[in-house]
Amino acid sequence: MQAGNGTILSIRDLRKAFGGLVAVRDISFDIPEGRIFGLIGPNGSGKTTVLNLITAELSADSGSILFEGREMVGRQSFEVCRARIARTFQLVRVLPYMTTRENVMLGRMFGSAPTSPAQAAQDADALLERVGMAGRADLVASQLTYIDQKRIELARALATHPKLLLLDEWLAGLNPSELRIGIDLIRQICQDGVTIVMIEHVMEAIRALCDRVAVMNAGDKIAEGTPASVLSDPEVMHAYLGADDAAA
Amino acid sequence: MVLFEVFINGIILGGMYGLIALGLNLQYGVARILNLSYGEFFVGGAFTAFFTIMLWQYNPLLSLFISMPIAFAMNWLIYQYLMTPLIRRAPDQDALDADVVLVTFGLFFVFQGLALVYWSGDLRGYTFLSTPVNFLGATLAMNRLLALLGACLIAAVLFVILRRTRFGAALRAITIDPVAAGLVGIDVRRYSALAFAAGGALAAASGMLVSTFISFSATTGVAYTLKALIVVIMAGVGRVTGTLAAGVLLGVVEALGGYLIDPALTIAINFGLFMLILLLRPTGLFTRA
Amino acid sequence: MLDALRNARAAAALIVIAAIALAFVPLFSSGYVMSVFILLFANVALATAWSFFSGATRYISLATAAFFGIGIYVLAIAHVYVPVPVALIAAAIIGFLVALVVGLSTLRLRGVYFVVFTFGLTELIHQVLNWWEVKINHTVSRFIFTDVSNIAIYETLLVAALITIVGSWYVNQIRLGYALRAIGEDETVARHAGINTTRVKVVCFALSASVMAFVGAVLALRYPYVDASIAFNSTWSFQVLIAALLGGGGRAWGPAIGAIPLVLLSEYLAGTFPHHFSIALGLCFVVIVYFLPGGLTRLVLRLYHSWLVPQLKKAEVL
Repeated sequence: MQAGNGTILSIRDLRKAFGGLVAVRDISFDIPEGRIFGLIGPNGSGKTTVLNLITAELSADSGSILFEGREMVGRQSFEVCRARIARTFQLVRVLPYMTTRENVMLGRMFGSAPTSPAQAAQDADALLERVGMAGRADLVASQLTYIDQKRIELARALATHPKLLLLDEWLAGLNPSELRIGIDLIRQICQDGVTIVMIEHVMEAIRALCDRVAVMNAGDKIAEGTPASVLSDPEVMHAYLGADDAAA
Repeated sequence: MVLFEVFINGIILGGMYGLIALGLNLQYGVARILNLSYGEFFVGGAFTAFFTIMLWQYNPLLSLFISMPIAFAMNWLIYQYLMTPLIRRAPDQDALDADVVLVTFGLFFVFQGLALVYWSGDLRGYTFLSTPVNFLGATLAMNRLLALLGACLIAAVLFVILRRTRFGAALRAITIDPVAAGLVGIDVRRYSALAFAAGGALAAASGMLVSTFISFSATTGVAYTLKALIVVIMAGVGRVTGTLAAGVLLGVVEALGGYLIDPALTIAINFGLFMLILLLRPTGLFTRA
Repeated sequence: MLDALRNARAAAALIVIAAIALAFVPLFSSGYVMSVFILLFANVALATAWSFFSGATRYISLATAAFFGIGIYVLAIAHVYVPVPVALIAAAIIGFLVALVVGLSTLRLRGVYFVVFTFGLTELIHQVLNWWEVKINHTVSRFIFTDVSNIAIYETLLVAALITIVGSWYVNQIRLGYALRAIGEDETVARHAGINTTRVKVVCFALSASVMAFVGAVLALRYPYVDASIAFNSTWSFQVLIAALLGGGGRAWGPAIGAIPLVLLSEYLAGTFPHHFSIALGLCFVVIVYFLPGGLTRLVLRLYHSWLVPQLKKAEVL
């Protein structure tokens, strides 16, 4: 598979049910390498479940997830991470009592390119500078603001040296100027050769960044295409806004 | 036929376990406080009954009017003045659990030490309603039947309160989600304190009922805490009928295991069953997946 | 960075001096003083081993008495057939293996469930062993015949305590230490950062258990006989837990400074007021939780930084 134009992640007939509730119903899509792929849909439509399935936080009932041609279903989370898939969490998760630097070092020490703690500390500082956190390396993570904790999460994910980065509403809750910086940062990460899948409600970011978008509703994939074509699809509007508003 | 008698005995024993666990489930289910000094209130109830009949020659059932209010008040105070500061400062449930385990272990040691100092470590017992009766073809002592009846009665009352009253609805809401319960105007702290206190009162009541047929001492409390804990975890947190059912399951397995394998291994059989359930269904037998 | 290096060197020097001094204690002391020191070293080793796993990962284990008891029994059974040193090593190895099996099946339980499970484990082993002794071996206790001197026991436990502390300090510096702490703070994040959490947990749980079994085996040398109730006494689990929490986490020497006052207090109380020991122990728990949340470690570090360091600086300036 050639870099830049192949498929890095291929999902086929993926299914996950919780009791009687089917959270993800036999969905399939391909993520092209080197691009930014958007995953959108109303709350509760199953987007985060898809992310949890890819990273083995949940185990799939059926279906397959091929990453660079290798099956990821049945692996454990740490193996997925070492296979070079990294993620952030919808509700930000940092290690509260560790410093910012130590949070990022973890990804370096245990990700796909493990290093010694000393080396990891150096690399962590470089990554922190990249996400705009230079100078805050020695602060304890729980004392930082929400936005800074999101930056730590991103730096930690990058520290694992991923080929595929999964962002779960990483831009949510940012103010307009932070949003602009965030969008630039994501674009830059992609330009450095990391494929990105982002779950996002901020349509401005989806339009600015994504080449392709898949839309989920109630566990189904209801549309896929360029942001412009998908967002003008009546079924998508229906899912987002409800029947009456879409008709009006 | 002997096996059937063993089975019936297991049910009686299990009813007793369910009874002991009901109060703890109220404390852990609603107030989210795992009270490891729970068994000490059981022992308190047993000793009050013992003194009532032996010192003052009254019917031990009357001791409930003393032990239950005292246990209620003590547990209310524990919740208000010892647990509330911990709940306030805990950053997450994990940290709270660790603090609570330590403090209630501490209380357990303190209560047990006081009981040893004042009541000595001797094994105590008394006879009350020990007349044999025929129950479904098995011969049992009346007092055991009384305990089973008490368990069913308490469970029924709890069930009705939880299902049919406003107070019960509030408690159920807190069990499911304390934050959301607070958002709809339920005074979570006050209701939790009441549930915690009521749990303590039930511990005392079960101590009284069980003391009519099993001897006890100042140090037996921890064994009952553990039994109760096993039943609560088996049943699933916040389940009333499930608690009784889990208790009966444990009792029957223990009685049958003791009869078929070896009576010296009952604790081992208990823990074996408990561990098996914990590993197979960590959220309990009677919860929805 | 230089400061840290200087601190580490100072700590290492302190430990070496203390170890040499302690090694000569038996030359000058009575049997009673020796036995207090033996108990002290045993508790320091146990609390450090406990904290190495449970303090870092926040999996609060009450299985200390289980592994400790396994050590006692391995020695009691094995010392008849093999030399004592071999029996001691066998105890450590068997403790490790049992913990490996237990860890694989239980370490996915969190919080209160894990606490109760480990407590139950002690009771389970206790009763099964008791049953096995009575029904199969027709005995209730085992005699221990050895001619190991108190001095040898003293020196062995001193070395064991030192190795445990230094080993725990060393692990804190390497990747494994970070992995343990990450598991304690957020296991999900740890997994997604590429840590094989199951392997880390099980191996460290077993390492900690092997120290506990070893200490149990060494202490068993002092007993004339053992039975299941002596070997699997849950008080050990509680005392070790309190020592470790009183000491506080985050530093390898933390549990040790918690164990010292606790052993001295229990030695004093057990002799004078046996029932009051349990009350005092209980009050200790409560005091730790409300007034010393970081343990003595935090107190010592605060004193060190706010008082000793300025004093030293002043002295240099003058």
